[in-house]
Order: sequence, then structure tokens, then C-alpha cells
Amino acid sequence: MSQNKVPSALTIGIARGGLELRQFMRQRESVVFTIAFPIMLLGIFGSVFTNELTDGVTFSQYFVAGMIASGLVNTGFQQLAIMIPVERDFGTLKRLRGTPMPASSYFIGKVIVVFVTMLIQVFLLLIAGVLFFGVNLPTDPAKWFTFTWLILLGSAASTALGIAFSVIPKSGRGASAVVSPVVIVLQFFSGVFFVFTDLPGWMQQVAAIFPLKWMTQGMRSVFLPDSFAAREVAGSWETGRTFIIILAWLIAGLFISIRTFKWDDQR
Amino acid sequence: MSNVISVRGLKKSYGSTQAVAGIDLTIAQGEIFALLGPNGAGKTTTVEILEGFRTRDSGEVSVLDTDPSIKGSAGRNWRNRIGIVLQSTSDAGDLSVQETIEHFAKYYANPRDVDEVVAAVGLSEKSKELIRTLSGGQRRRLDVALGIIGSPELLFLDEPTTGFDPKARRAFWALIQDLRKTGTTILLTTHYLDEAEALADRVGVISQGQIIEISTPALLGGRATSLATVSWLSASGPKSEKTDNPTALISKLSADFPGEIPELTVKRASLEDIYLEMIGGDDESE
Repeated sequence: MSQNKVPSALTIGIARGGLELRQFMRQRESVVFTIAFPIMLLGIFGSVFTNELTDGVTFSQYFVAGMIASGLVNTGFQQLAIMIPVERDFGTLKRLRGTPMPASSYFIGKVIVVFVTMLIQVFLLLIAGVLFFGVNLPTDPAKWFTFTWLILLGSAASTALGIAFSVIPKSGRGASAVVSPVVIVLQFFSGVFFVFTDLPGWMQQVAAIFPLKWMTQGMRSVFLPDSFAAREVAGSWETGRTFIIILAWLIAGLFISIRTFKWDDQR
Repeated sequence: MSNVISVRGLKKSYGSTQAVAGIDLTIAQGEIFALLGPNGAGKTTTVEILEGFRTRDSGEVSVLDTDPSIKGSAGRNWRNRIGIVLQSTSDAGDLSVQETIEHFAKYYANPRDVDEVVAAVGLSEKSKELIRTLSGGQRRRLDVALGIIGSPELLFLDEPTTGFDPKARRAFWALIQDLRKTGTTILLTTHYLDEAEALADRVGVISQGQIIEISTPALLGGRATSLATVSWLSASGPKSEKTDNPTALISKLSADFPGEIPELTVKRASLEDIYLEMIGGDDESE
């Protein structure tokens, strides 16, 4: 028999990404929750708060920044921190561990799923925002540059933190109940649903520890006029600090993931 | 013939509980070996150490001339040569049988033909169906398909037919016997003594972390030489007699009866009787 080499980690990882996307698309609840739900929220908030914040900036314009930042958290952190405990419970992870598939391929597959679902969600949010809620897209290429590194870095940090957090839920069934409140509370604290500077000071300070606040602020710098920067807590967009804090969370997430990832519940 | 598995002095404790207390075991190439034992006897721990899922405290373990604790690309090459069918998996219900097997084929250097494997496990008619529509027995067949897709030299089967109806179990045995013909070495754990008897070349009985006997199913526990029980219906009612020489007894009886000896049976201890005696009736004790 010809002795071929085992396929590369990247080849297997890409195959896993394709397979996981196919599974994702076949699960109606995941498609609805991950893709349609943010658009529904945009619709609800856009209809409830029709007032202008200031000189031609609608609440929808403010809110779309927060929803895109939330999208990075939903598709990465929330999706993985729920999905991985389910896979661990079902024995999927243990079965994979018994094959020549390297661990890196599993994570490459997850990165692909997160990235593709994130792009779909962001794209649909922008389309719906522009078509139905009068959201204006930025015209300055510098803002699109910020937008691009924010979704890349933010999505990467969110993915790493989702994998890191996946050791916390004790069972697959309970994962959603553990993870979702964390995300929802963070969304409230981070100024996704309300104007951040209207929140109580202690809430702002707690939020400033976590990356969602910085992703949201970064997205505001993309979607709001520069005159709005003066209304931020620091009186500016703090772009450099945003980059550093999200990067720090990415590194922390990677470090914790590598140290703590579990393939099964046994010793 | 070379040894596919060789274990010497294997030990493993969890806290103060010694799960495996010094096991020696060798399994030859092409052999089907059944590991029997009650729950909590150390069966699963032993097998999971051999599969590379668990670490050991001490002892020498060689599986396909490799230490199962191997990591990195050497570990991948080793896993490329083995197949593992775990006790229960219930994942990926949203993929079809064929999609799943095709995907797993991509993990291996020399995968078997997907259609051939689907046919071998008897799932050809179900190959386009989603996994969540399969019955328990069909899912187990899929598990086996995923275990053999990489053309393994060694296959681990952990309680493969738990929950099967008798017909499905027979069909499953036939599948394993076909694998034997391809020269695959198989380490089987099971609770079913008839399964061990039907499939295994040798059986090992494990109890309280130690192997208490290794033998062929026919010879286990002195089964072949144990007393036979001859029963028949005499004029004064049912009678039975234990003897180590049943043939002589029957020819004596046939002289007493004009024609057939009524209700004649000759029974030897079943593998299950022997097994229960060996483990001292502590089956199901944790």
C-alpha cells in the first residue's frame, strides 16, 4: 500500500470550517439567533428611539455601531462558548481527539465559522441599517480602515475568549444559560443599547475593563461624525488605547485557551 | 507474529483509588481480543490509556511499537494507524452519513473508499439521511464506519453493541468478522459474554484493576474440563447428574431406555456462569 503522508493541519482545518458552516446553516435556531436577531434588535430600537441625538445623528446611527460591535461578540465569544461545551458533552471532541486531526485544525475550523458568520451578520446589519433606518455609511477611507482592523482584531479576540470561556459551563445543556447573561449584561454596560455617557459612572468604569466597550467605542468612531468624539468619556475616540486593550484581551484569550482547553470531562 | 499491543506492569490511580493495579497484556497482530470485566474494574481506564486519552502512573505500554502518550506530528502518524470507536457519541446530527464519513476520511493518509465503508457497515440505504434520523443501532454502525475509514491496523471497540436488539447484534458481529478477514487487530470491551464468545480469539477478565485470567473463550476458567450436567426424564420424574464423563453416562442410559432418552440434555457451564464465578458476583458494583 502506498504510504501517503497525513494531510496538513491547514487542509484539515479548512475542511472543518466548511463542514461546520454547513452544520451552522442547517440549524435554524443558530441562523435565526446569530444572523436575524441583531437585525430585529436594530429594527426595534430604531423604531422606539426615533429622536436625533444631535445635529443629524439619529439613535439608529449610534445604535448600529453598538450592534456591529455586539456582532463580533455574538459570533465569536457567545457562539463558541456555547458550542464547544455542547461538543464536549456529545463526545464530538473526544472522538476528534482519537483521530489524526491536530488540535490546530479544530481551531482553524472554528475561526472560519466565526469569521464567515461575523461577515454575514455585519453585512446584513449594514444593509438593513442603510435601507430601513437611515444609517449613513462613512465615506472617509480612513474610517473604513479603522472598521477593517476593528472587525479583524475584535473578532479574533472574541474567538479566543470564547474558546477560553468554554471550560466554564459544566454541561452543554447549561452553556447557554451561563454565557448569554454575561453577553447581555456586557452589552448594557458597554453602551450598546444606550448612549454610553448617559450610563452611571460606575457602570462605565466596569465596562472599560472589558473589550466590548472598546469595540463599541471604536465602531462609533467609524459611524459617527468626528464632532461626536468630544462627547466620549475621554473627549476623544482613544483609537490607540482601543487597539491596545482589544489586543491585550486577544493575547489573554489565546494564553488561557492554550492552557485550559479540555477535550473531555475526564481526568 | 508481532505484538500490536504490549503492556507490562500498568498502573493508574485516581486519588486514593487504584483503578489499574499492575496489568500485563500482549495482543498479537490480527487477533480479536475481548476485555471483560464489571463496571469499575479498570477496563475503561486500561483501554483509554492504550488509546492515548489518559496518562498512566507507571508501567510500559507499547501500541504499534509506539508509546500512546506520544504527542505532535509523531502522535498524528500513530493515530493515523489506529481506529477508535468510543462508547457513546451523539454529535453532528445535522450532517448526512455520507458527509460525515467523507469528512473523517480527510483526516487520514490512506483512507478507505467511502462508499465501500458505508456498504461494509450496512448503511448504503441511509447514506444520504441526516444522522439525527438514524436509530441507535444505525448510529453505532456509523461510529464503526468512522473508526475504520482510515484503514486502521488496530481498532478499539468499546462496548459496541450496548442497546442493540438481537438481530442488530448478529449483523454487527458479522461486520466485525469481516474486519478480521482484512487482518485488522481488534481490542473489544464488552459486557456481553456471548459477544466475546462469538468474536474473540482470546478473552481477558479484569477485576479490581488486575487481569485475573487470559484464555480462549472455550477454555476460560477451566470451562472445557468442568463437569457436564446430564438431565433426562426417568420413570420416577426428572433427573440430572453431574459427571466428567457424559458420553459414558448417556450410553448407560440408552441401554435403560428402549428408544430415545426422554428430554435428554447435556449442559456445560456457560461462559457467563464461569465469568460470574470468577469475578465473585460483584458485577455492576462500582
